Amino acid sequence: MRRGLRVGASIVPAAAALGASFGVLARTAHLDAAAAIVMSATTFAGSAQVAAVSVLGGGGGIAAAVVAALLLNARYAPIGISIAQSFRGSVLRRLAESQLVVDESWALAGGGTKQFDKRVFLTVGLMLWVAWTGGTAVGALLGSAIGEPSALGLDGAFAALFVALLATQLGDRRRVAAAAGGAVIAAALIPSAPAGVPIIAATAAVLVGWRR
Amino acid sequence: MSEAWAAVLAVGAGTAVLKAVGPVGVAGRSLPDRLTELLALIAPAILAALVVVETFGNGRSLVLDARLAGAGVGLVAVLLRAPLWLVVIVGAAATALVRAVS
Repeated sequence: MRRGLRVGASIVPAAAALGASFGVLARTAHLDAAAAIVMSATTFAGSAQVAAVSVLGGGGGIAAAVVAALLLNARYAPIGISIAQSFRGSVLRRLAESQLVVDESWALAGGGTKQFDKRVFLTVGLMLWVAWTGGTAVGALLGSAIGEPSALGLDGAFAALFVALLATQLGDRRRVAAAAGGAVIAAALIPSAPAGVPIIAATAAVLVGWRR
Repeated sequence: MSEAWAAVLAVGAGTAVLKAVGPVGVAGRSLPDRLTELLALIAPAILAALVVVETFGNGRSLVLDARLAGAGVGLVAVLLRAPLWLVVIVGAAATALVRAVS
């Protein structure tokens, strides 16, 4: 527990600040403050939330936004499975605890190794959830008070944020190949396909990386 | 119900299921390695597509505008190991600045 608090404290400020960024960015997709806060509380997964907001803001529609976000969150299936044996108790309890799975809570608790510490996972996950949702509330309320999104450069902030999120994913050559393929597919499809489709179609690039 | 709320609820429900698959549905088993590897490649592919769309996409055309400054300055910040929230702020500032002077 104490170790969890110490580990969690190291990333709470960053999570709160990023949550605030999401809250501000959400208004570019016409999410009201309540919708942005509910999304952070229920989805609790940064890149998928920003992706959904990006697709909606670009006119891609609900279906494309939901598919893009869920594809990004598909990794939570194997991540959850890697720590499944540490979960005990009723279905409801396991369901509730599983919602604290995010990349950081999993990694900081030693996910995927024999040293996985369930209490650290729960403590860090809960701290991150509070910071992320609270930060979103601050950002969403701030966002509804500020002016025109494009004058503030919020559209460019999306581009910068996705660059940063992508950088965390380029661990090996196969991931780099998948990223390059995804970028090419998106650029090729933008002129001909409806908004949102280029992003979903980019998933086909996993085959580029997988063959290596 | 607005489009935004429908998306929020659908993404929330779908994500809850994905997170619960392991802890609720699978006890002590694991996915085949090949499938895990395939799933791990989805995130880089989609995030790269999002970079392209958010930097160059404008409806159905590819354009060069102030957002490129945001992405470029964001990349520099990433290389300097800036935290994500700072990348967002400098990306927005660079975009707004270029837009204001051009």
